[in-house]
Amino acid sequence: MAAGVAAWLPFARAAAIGWMPVANCPMPLAPADKNKRQDELIILNVSGRRFQTWRTTLERYPDTLLGSTEKEFFFNEDTKEYFFDRDPEVFRCVLNFYRTGKLHYPRYECISAYDDELAFYGILPEIIGDCCYEEYKDRKRENAERLMDDNDSENNQESLPSLSFRQTMWRAFENPHTSTLALVFYYVTGFFIAVSVITNVVETVPCGTVPGNKELPCGERYAVAFFCLDTACVMIFTVEYLLRLFAAPSRYRFIRSVMSIIDVVAIMPYYIGLVMTNNEDVSGAFVTLRVFRVFRIFKFSRHSQGLRILGYTLKSCASELGFLLFSLTMAIIIFATVMFYAEKGSSASKFTSIPASFWYTIVTMTTLGYGDMVPKTIAGKIFGSICSLSGVLVIALPVPVIVSNFSRIYHQNQRADKRRAQKKARLARIRVAKTGSSNAYLHSKRNGLLNEALELTGSPEDEHLTKTTSLIESQHHHLLHCLEKTTNHEFIDEQMFEQNCMESSMQNYPSTRSPSLSSHPGLTTSCCSRRSKKTTHLPNSNLPATRLRSMQELSTIHIQGSEQPSLTTSRSSLNLKADDVLRPNCKGSQITTAIISIPTPPALTPEGESRPPPSSPGSTTNIPPIGSNIVKVSAL
Amino acid sequence: MGCVGGSNCSMSWCPRSCRSPLGHAVRFLFQFVTGTLAPDSVEDEFELSTVCHRPEGLEQLQEQTKFTRKELQVLYRGFKNECPSGIVNEENFKQIYSQFFPQGDSSTYATFLFNAFDTNHDGSVSFEDFVAGLSVILRGTIDDRLNWAFNLYDLNKDGFITKEEMLDIMKSIYDMMGKYTYPALREEAPREHVESFFQKMDRNKDGVVTIEEFIESCQKDENIMRSMQLFDNVI
Repeated sequence: MAAGVAAWLPFARAAAIGWMPVANCPMPLAPADKNKRQDELIILNVSGRRFQTWRTTLERYPDTLLGSTEKEFFFNEDTKEYFFDRDPEVFRCVLNFYRTGKLHYPRYECISAYDDELAFYGILPEIIGDCCYEEYKDRKRENAERLMDDNDSENNQESLPSLSFRQTMWRAFENPHTSTLALVFYYVTGFFIAVSVITNVVETVPCGTVPGNKELPCGERYAVAFFCLDTACVMIFTVEYLLRLFAAPSRYRFIRSVMSIIDVVAIMPYYIGLVMTNNEDVSGAFVTLRVFRVFRIFKFSRHSQGLRILGYTLKSCASELGFLLFSLTMAIIIFATVMFYAEKGSSASKFTSIPASFWYTIVTMTTLGYGDMVPKTIAGKIFGSICSLSGVLVIALPVPVIVSNFSRIYHQNQRADKRRAQKKARLARIRVAKTGSSNAYLHSKRNGLLNEALELTGSPEDEHLTKTTSLIESQHHHLLHCLEKTTNHEFIDEQMFEQNCMESSMQNYPSTRSPSLSSHPGLTTSCCSRRSKKTTHLPNSNLPATRLRSMQELSTIHIQGSEQPSLTTSRSSLNLKADDVLRPNCKGSQITTAIISIPTPPALTPEGESRPPPSSPGSTTNIPPIGSNIVKVSAL
Repeated sequence: MGCVGGSNCSMSWCPRSCRSPLGHAVRFLFQFVTGTLAPDSVEDEFELSTVCHRPEGLEQLQEQTKFTRKELQVLYRGFKNECPSGIVNEENFKQIYSQFFPQGDSSTYATFLFNAFDTNHDGSVSFEDFVAGLSVILRGTIDDRLNWAFNLYDLNKDGFITKEEMLDIMKSIYDMMGKYTYPALREEAPREHVESFFQKMDRNKDGVVTIEEFIESCQKDENIMRSMQLFDNVI
């Protein structure tokens, strides 16, 4: 049960008054509040700073150190206070968690110190409230990254155990600083990339004249030299690519990666040029292919961290840039249309069509103003000036604002997505904790009844066994039990629900029940030997219904109290359900296997609640109403 | 006279023509130029959250209810912790109640409870209402408790429980069980339960249960009598 509302438990129990008149079965016994202490102040001394709070405040969260009996280990008899040798600053947050139900993360606190303290007090960091959760997660991630970096650099310095040749090569390629050979290779390739790029550039420079007064570019003048240089570079690049391909741990992924595509695009024109030479028609296209050689410059990104970051930034801001372009396009189209129609009347107007006006609009809006197209009409000039003014507005002013705005919105969206993703995970964890609490109820149902029976028999040495759950928990479980009694249905967990659904679809039960076997001589088995597990294979068995019922009856144990069993008058309490076996307490002196007299269950209760004889293990035991002390525990 | 309507209306010289579309357009242009277009909506909401309700003094509550001073103190501390403003509204109520029933959906039943606690029907439960209700349930006589339960069931407070009202209540109780129950909940289970309830309670078979029928039938049923005694030692 989520604590913090433990103080409202009396209210919830009082609200159960609405169930009483509609319930058809009697309600179970309320857990007795044995030592009803008045609420007292307890003193928590944390490294000298004294905190005081009510005992019930701490008991709101019974699964933490302060809420459970674990704090008794820290009780100082001399000063009658609980002494903790921990940080008092963080303790303030911890105590506020008990008081308000919300755990906050102070920003000035170191994340690992905080985590340590939370671990000490047994508090899950997931409970940190929404106000501080983001900060906590960010700090935690930074810390984790720092730890990882530390680990990596440690790993890099130590000599790793034998890697295969392929792996060493890959490591050499990715991390040139690992070995001298890698470094040499790194610089050689860098040099050749530079050579290749410079070659491409210089090729086109006009390089002196040839007889005939024609200016030739260098590439054509020294064609052979340039060809040799190109060949050398391409050979180096090809060798490098093939080596990388060989060394890559996952070749398929390597081929798909951006860098390898750039490599391929950089060297393909050469090979294509080799293949199709001397063909006049295609050589035009071939010339265009040479443009792709400029992509070799992107190979530098392997050598430059900055270039990589730029590429990554552009990729991640793609959506914002797209939107910016879109809004610009809208403005361009609007103004181009307006200018076209405004200038339509004037003679010799350069605004021949709307697409032709696009050029004017772009030049004007970006405040370039080449002057090759100017409006001549008055309307055109007015709209032209509006265009240039709005160009300033549209481009120059909001670009920084848009960029920062979008960066903020983008991060907000990212945070919202992150929060949503985290929320799912957090809700899942909270759900697990909640099922933990409802499972706690289901568990305690099985154990608690045995304890109650033992309690009723009044044996003194077993009383301490009943204190396994706190009072609040037992009261909460009693409340849920009352609800079960009111509706005549029981809480089970998901898996058993699935099982039941499967069984009910697999086995068609006849609604009539066989008359039960009235009495068997007492089974003289000892309690401990009946510790059979929950039978999950039973549903698949092909035992007919009657056999199953007889099996149930055979294995019913009576735990008899001191009084004689008295049959109850209410018929509905006689509905026997097959039960899971409890782990019976091996203090078997009170457990007698008495005569098993199962009162004949009515086939249909007058309320019309016909329940087919269950074949699967249910999970409650039948509690007789106040007055008789028998707890029937059935085992399958 | 000032302008009526709209939080943006900050121009007091504006005559009745404010409300015309032209007036709207002029006002819009004015605010556009002066940069006062966007209303500061955040600050308006600040005023609502500082409402605070203080209960009557301890002595008065001690007279009105059957709790001791210490019990009232404990109750108030728990109440104030969950609702610092001093009153519970329906959402809060539902949320608190749902923490006790993790498997099912307790919101409908919580609504009925809220309406039963909120005796003056002002949409909020103050500490006095809260403690008055608890006093009846936990410290009242059995007849008082039965009266309170009848008041809870009678959704429209007309003095009769009809089958529809009972069906709503029953469904809300069954909702709290959730999906994973044994045996699996069928659609007709609440209705059948209502039928059996009416069979037991409705003496003259006129289709409604009055308060006298209810109390009489409950007093005859020992299960109910015994379960009413459960509330004696909740606190």
